[in-house]
Amino acid sequence: MAFINTKTKEVQVKLVFVGPGRGGKTTNLEYIFSRIRHRIESDMVSIKTQGDRTLFFDFLPFELGAIKGYNVKTQLYTVPGQVKYNATRKLVLKGVDGIVFVADSMVDRRENNISALNNLAENLNFYDIDITDLPLVFQYNKRDLATEGIPILDVETMEKDLNAQLKAPSFTASALKGDNVIPTVKKAISTTMVAIREKLL
Amino acid sequence: MSYILDQEQLDGLEEALTTDLMTLGIQSVILIDMAGNVIVNLDDGKVRHDVYSLAALAAGNFGAVSAMASIIGEEEFSLLFHKGKSENINFTKIMDDFLLVSIFGNDVSLGYLRLKIDEVIKKVKALIEKTRST
Repeated sequence: MAFINTKTKEVQVKLVFVGPGRGGKTTNLEYIFSRIRHRIESDMVSIKTQGDRTLFFDFLPFELGAIKGYNVKTQLYTVPGQVKYNATRKLVLKGVDGIVFVADSMVDRRENNISALNNLAENLNFYDIDITDLPLVFQYNKRDLATEGIPILDVETMEKDLNAQLKAPSFTASALKGDNVIPTVKKAISTTMVAIREKLL
Repeated sequence: MSYILDQEQLDGLEEALTTDLMTLGIQSVILIDMAGNVIVNLDDGKVRHDVYSLAALAAGNFGAVSAMASIIGEEEFSLLFHKGKSENINFTKIMDDFLLVSIFGNDVSLGYLRLKIDEVIKKVKALIEKTRST
């Protein structure tokens, strides 16, 4: 639910990183924060368990610049990936404008990716949002594991599993190393802004 | 869903919140939506909070409390208040999608503040109901 403030000429946009537990959602935000921390006033907010897993959400706000004279404030959130935290995951999705789905490339996480995507569609339905109507970008994370001899899914399989019908933009990435993290979020922001910009005029 | 508030509405909201709440001597008032967006942010000029993080956490916090209410069969908990040593926070829901966050010191009476909040909510509702959703 983007908020457009005509007085301060400001648009606030909510992007949420979604995906299976231990897939790298928080690592994505940490990498983005490390790249932009010198030019933002806020800290990254994380509500974690003692075991360092996301309990509620991570939150990172930053200003993107101006579009059509409106200053765009982007707010990045992650949801907890663990299945048991669905109540809080659903809360964070309230008012979402765009999604980055961080899928885990490890072979043994294949089913987790599919379950997490189905769960996302269900949670969006709760807010009367059809997943096919929402700006969405896939990120196939942990591609760097291949160099360590850990079996990973090939991109075609992941596309077939997750993106066959949605046909959303997708990126291979390594959030840990920062590969393709920024292009992923840039694409998500631009796709979301395209959906919102017509409403500015 | 996006929504737009025009200059007249935002001026009206600022005026109502300033007249009815800021004049009580409270530290700050933030009107947010349940997605965590900041709509109006007023303070006494002495504080500089990270308002955007505060809004995200307030929306999450209120959402969590509402979900707890629902689990035990309550429609909602009408009062949400956190007491600190010197500063306190009061949350008041406005319609389904908005939240008024008031931060105030111990020199302000909670009872009187809540009375004034009840009054200002009527004005805020009337102004927001003119909102054009897209």
